[in-house]
Amino acid sequence: MEVPILKQRNYLIASVQAVLTDQDLINLRDRLVAQVGRFRSVGVILDVTGLDVMDSFSVRTLRDMAHMIRLRGADTVIVGIQPEVAFSMVQLGLSLEGVPTALDLEEGLAYLDARPKRTVSRTMNEP
Amino acid sequence: MSENKGRGRDRTLQPESSGPGGPAHDETHAEVLRELVAHLRQNRTQLREVWASRIMSARFLTAMTNEEIMAEASSVYDNYLGALETGSIEALEAYARDLSERIIPRGVETHEVVGIVLLLRDVLARSLFSKYGQNQQVLTRVLDAYEPAANRIATTVAVGFVQERERIIRQQQEAIRELSTPVLAVRERLLILPIIGILDPQRARQLTEQLLRGIRINRARVVVMDLTGVPAVDAAVANHLVQTVEAARLVGADVIVTGLAPELAQTLVTIGVDLGKMATVGDLQGGIEEAEKLLGYKVVLVPRAETAQ
Repeated sequence: MEVPILKQRNYLIASVQAVLTDQDLINLRDRLVAQVGRFRSVGVILDVTGLDVMDSFSVRTLRDMAHMIRLRGADTVIVGIQPEVAFSMVQLGLSLEGVPTALDLEEGLAYLDARPKRTVSRTMNEP
Repeated sequence: MSENKGRGRDRTLQPESSGPGGPAHDETHAEVLRELVAHLRQNRTQLREVWASRIMSARFLTAMTNEEIMAEASSVYDNYLGALETGSIEALEAYARDLSERIIPRGVETHEVVGIVLLLRDVLARSLFSKYGQNQQVLTRVLDAYEPAANRIATTVAVGFVQERERIIRQQQEAIRELSTPVLAVRERLLILPIIGILDPQRARQLTEQLLRGIRINRARVVVMDLTGVPAVDAAVANHLVQTVEAARLVGADVIVTGLAPELAQTLVTIGVDLGKMATVGDLQGGIEEAEKLLGYKVVLVPRAETAQ
């Protein structure tokens, strides 16, 4: 299943609505990383409300995705992790270090709006 | 004699079976039981007195007054005879439940209830001995009928009592569980989670659930977890607390831990907690102030003169 990626102002929003296969995740990662450059986005919101399981592969892929997007000049915030998922992730030692998280889409947008502008990467993205 | 003993024991062990004699045998049993119940009813007042005095001399039911013991003894006596006569355990079960419900809150213990029922059994058996004692054969028949029925009653009452106690304990556990981990909103987006008392693994797990759910429901961004009332925890529970803090972050809320007792701090250091992941403030007040700062609140003391205007 291909995850839809929506463009909202200078943010990208990817909303995962169902369980993803490993291939789907990698596919999402590649498309997101590519689109951040194409749309000159400064923020990415990854909504994982629909995921009720997270294994080590998906957590690692999400973390890599966030770091890759960071290198491409945008910030990523992961939103909508379900309480049960959150606790089982922590118990498995998969706690997404270095990746900001927020309650839901709205909070994610608020987070991106509130964060200080990264002027360096912005100017680098200017044509 | 030895044969009788063997048979008696056999019945006690299998109170539900109808016995080796089949229906005809049951018939005579019922007849004998009716007869001895009639005898016990006749001597009701006297036997009840004997029983009550034995209860008191055995120092059972010290939580109740003598009048209460007498009143309770009368109704137990009548119900006991009723169960003996009809062999209907259901009525007695209901009575035992009802009785337990009344006496458990008064602090009556299991050994007291079992002791009392066994005392009644003995008092009644003595009375049967003295009435039928002259005739060995009749006495055997009477005891054959009486013993299994009496034992069944004793078992029923004891089981009823224990079940009632277990039911109450379950109910109380439920109540404690609900009361034990309140998640309270003190400001928009700010929750406090005061934890008081010993944290065992089960309570810790429940705390995590309540907290994560509370964050979602209240859309909280900051949680102050106050551990002032927690004396000490073992490594497993300490680990669980750390995991709870991380899980809360994943759901989107920052946790500020306050009121860590020295022992607790030591446990956390021993298990090697990553202090970068865990914000701690000395006391609850400081924690709330810190949280307000994080959320952008500014608390200002308004001078008295201004409020008067």
